[in-house]
Amino acid sequence: MSVPRRFRQAQWDEPLLKDLTRKGRTGFVPPKDGKIVAWTTGKELIPASLRRKEELKLPEISELQVLRHFNRLSQMNFSVETGTYPLGSCTMKYNPKVSEYIASSPRMREAHPLQSEETLQGLMGIFYDLSQYLCEITGMKRFSLTPAAGAQGEFAGVLMVRKYLRETGHPEKDEILVPDSAHGTNPASAAMGGFMVVKVPSDARGLVSVEEVRKVVSERTACMMMTVPNTLGLFESDVAKVAEVVHRAGGLMYYDGANMNAMLGKARPGDMGFDIVHLNLHKTFATPHGGGGPGAGPVGVSEKLQDYLPVPVVTKVDDRYHFDHELPHTIGRLKGCYANSAILLRAYCYIRLLGSDGLDNVSSLSVLAANYLLSRLNPNAFPIIQGKGLRRKHEAVVSVKGTMSGGAMKIAKGLLDYGVHSPTVYFPLTVEEALMIEPTETETVEALDEYADLLNDLFAKLERGELEDEPKNTSVKRIDEVKASHPLSLKVKW
Amino acid sequence: MTILRDTEFLARVNTYFNHFCRAKAIEKMQEPHPFLPNLDEEIIERMLKQVGAESVSELFSDIPSEFALKRRLSVPLGAPEATVRREVAAKLAKNVTGPEALCFLGGGVAPHYIPAAVESIMSRQEFYTSYTPYQPEISQGMLQVLFEYQSLMCDLLGMEACNSSMYDWASSAAEAARLVARVRPGRHEFLVADTVGPQRLDVIRTYVEPMGLKLKPVAFDKKTGEVDTASLDANLGEKVAGMYFENPNFFGVIESAASELTDRVHRAGGLAVVGVDPMSLSVLGNPGSYGADVVVGDGQPLGIPMNFGGPHVGIFAVRDMSLARNMPGRLIGKTTSRDGSETAYCMVLQTREQHIRREAATSNICTNQALLALASTAYLALLGKNGFGKLGETILASSHYAAQMLSELDGAKAPLFEGAFFKEFVVGYKNAKAKDVYDGLARFGIMAGYPLTERFPGIGEAGGYCVTEVHSADDISRLADGLREVL
Repeated sequence: MSVPRRFRQAQWDEPLLKDLTRKGRTGFVPPKDGKIVAWTTGKELIPASLRRKEELKLPEISELQVLRHFNRLSQMNFSVETGTYPLGSCTMKYNPKVSEYIASSPRMREAHPLQSEETLQGLMGIFYDLSQYLCEITGMKRFSLTPAAGAQGEFAGVLMVRKYLRETGHPEKDEILVPDSAHGTNPASAAMGGFMVVKVPSDARGLVSVEEVRKVVSERTACMMMTVPNTLGLFESDVAKVAEVVHRAGGLMYYDGANMNAMLGKARPGDMGFDIVHLNLHKTFATPHGGGGPGAGPVGVSEKLQDYLPVPVVTKVDDRYHFDHELPHTIGRLKGCYANSAILLRAYCYIRLLGSDGLDNVSSLSVLAANYLLSRLNPNAFPIIQGKGLRRKHEAVVSVKGTMSGGAMKIAKGLLDYGVHSPTVYFPLTVEEALMIEPTETETVEALDEYADLLNDLFAKLERGELEDEPKNTSVKRIDEVKASHPLSLKVKW
Repeated sequence: MTILRDTEFLARVNTYFNHFCRAKAIEKMQEPHPFLPNLDEEIIERMLKQVGAESVSELFSDIPSEFALKRRLSVPLGAPEATVRREVAAKLAKNVTGPEALCFLGGGVAPHYIPAAVESIMSRQEFYTSYTPYQPEISQGMLQVLFEYQSLMCDLLGMEACNSSMYDWASSAAEAARLVARVRPGRHEFLVADTVGPQRLDVIRTYVEPMGLKLKPVAFDKKTGEVDTASLDANLGEKVAGMYFENPNFFGVIESAASELTDRVHRAGGLAVVGVDPMSLSVLGNPGSYGADVVVGDGQPLGIPMNFGGPHVGIFAVRDMSLARNMPGRLIGKTTSRDGSETAYCMVLQTREQHIRREAATSNICTNQALLALASTAYLALLGKNGFGKLGETILASSHYAAQMLSELDGAKAPLFEGAFFKEFVVGYKNAKAKDVYDGLARFGIMAGYPLTERFPGIGEAGGYCVTEVHSADDISRLADGLREVL
């Protein structure tokens, strides 16, 4: 391989804000109006008993010092715009700058959630068009854009299952089937919605087989949650048959759209037989992940569930847009305000930038990238455990071979020393020592080559016992996670 | 009546199609694209050769042909950046916001000034385009920011532990009700003050329904606008897991007997959940000082644009570590490097979370609102002790000045309630309908007087007003002039 890039992450030993404090300093002077000040003078506006008794425990730092503090911290943070970030299941793709520019408009930023529909027609038109695009992309009848993230979209879906089954006379249906390879949010959402979780084991291919589903499906089956392609990056080829079995038992089919980046223009959940779909706009539709969020998790449904969606939904009557708060069977509200609106705007921009052909290209190239990277890995070092011989979709899962335990973590930490992010590790749970790699369509082939070479090289080091104390080139050395699991404090003591 | 599929929309899409050739992606190469560096015939061929596939479509051959999409998606074709920018700007121009309108709306989201330095910090792409810090060694920046956020919030709220963010105030309140029900098993009632934000009440209802937790309302005193302690006493009992109230409440009224409320809930064996506007704590006593067990709220006033309701940051904090072990969301803790030589931060107590505990997790939350926690951290760091305290006094003065101005109008009672207030207050109308006032003011370019009558029929015709540091005495005069016209 070529000589890997040298990398040293910034290391600032940056103090906490409280330690930068010096009495009397400030980073901002709030405005005040002379006329109001004059009017106020000598008045006790609220009883003294309601005022806080203690001094505020807030820092006192000048403006430049605050900026330096955060700029230094930012230099100790790895991001998509720093380097390759193939974190499986998270779709760490490029987030277009023009979407940021558009979302910075005062007409977005200064829109208040309680202002009238008359004053929001532009934005509501965008929401309406976005929900129509998402219907077309997924093959669903109607979308609600309110869920704030994928997990909230799942919760909405589970609540719709619950309400629909109760209203159609099936309260006895209290089980949700979840494949063992599913994201943790699936069983967690099902449980939050009051359901029992029944695990469906993957077969040797790493897929949900219709035989396994037949074994666990019953009159108690309310729903089956599936991720397509699944977390191994494999297309669930039995999905239509599974849908048939679940539907025949009176259950509904739920599509976890976390991996939709592989499916744009290729196949639609609605056509596969799904009744409910959530999408992670921050993944597939390229909105920034913000160090953990925000996202947006719109939920779409087939015709029979369209009046169960979370409210409000945007409707259009005679060229005017409205918020409909009163769907006849709605599960209710999920957010205090409409949605993560500024994220929706960015996703809308992304769809307009790529368009039908561009979105199709996105899925083609993300799938090509995952298969390419996988083919460049040393198969003896990184064997495929499940789904041998199957094509990958947007991501690939390999195991780190022959390591007793901790091999995947050692490889992951080793990668950090070369200025790239690691794959997702130890997930899905069905693969031991798993590395879950999702390169996305926005990495160059050169970067994919470099990453593959690095992985192969790191495995050789692992075998030689040379990967024990990594990382060494990051802001801090290997962290003590045992100590971290028994935290003494979750805040600074003043 | 609902529109299920907009025929006009599809017609427009088809028009787009007729203007462009129907080239199939990839096999027929497109122009180079700025986001798709491998969209190049030579590169694709090389990659396919390495993969051992004839074509890209072969990679999708495992999709059964019965549902493989054999047509182009019916969304418009893509457009260059400059075109999209112009097109979306034209759409947004139909909104009325910012310079052409005066906004006096509140209810949990309010117009506040955002310092330029906050914007500068938010533009750091190292924060902006990172994700959950699963690899802490290379993510110390965001981890330290979130640890600082937790710390600042704990100090502001008087709590011991704060998570690193929820979606919004409403989902925080709903998750708090679920937390209370979990730690008070066997108690199936949860009290909610009638003075909380109605949309937040709706969200609580959605979240607790599957648990079988019954929500019971606690009335308010029509004169003061504060929670009625007699109603609280009448509802408390051994079935009650806890109570949620807001302070200041949705009417803007400060609960003068907040510690009495929490005392009564505690004596009945329940937990007290308090919702706050964090900005109010620049002046008011914090919820820890009057006995809150869980505090929720929205960080929007602290440096986050209103953005038509989101993204904001849901605040979720608890009194002690035992509640922290049962709380939803991500927590950041302080640790060291393995050799003990360096201070470091990482995610802690993860065994509460869905990626580890699955169906037994405390919540399903995964993606949160971390970036907005950064905004609030930067905001509090900049304002600091001096700026934040002064800002609170400015808001207190401006809102009271506005109430005084409006009280001088015929046909208006401002404030409607006798209880003390911080930045929001209710105006009662003697002869006008609340909805007409709201619409009438909008015609003058003034967004104010959110109509309360529908959700609070007991208070008559009335609207909510919110006044902050962004409003000058002249702005307030304009509001008063407008209101005089429509009353």
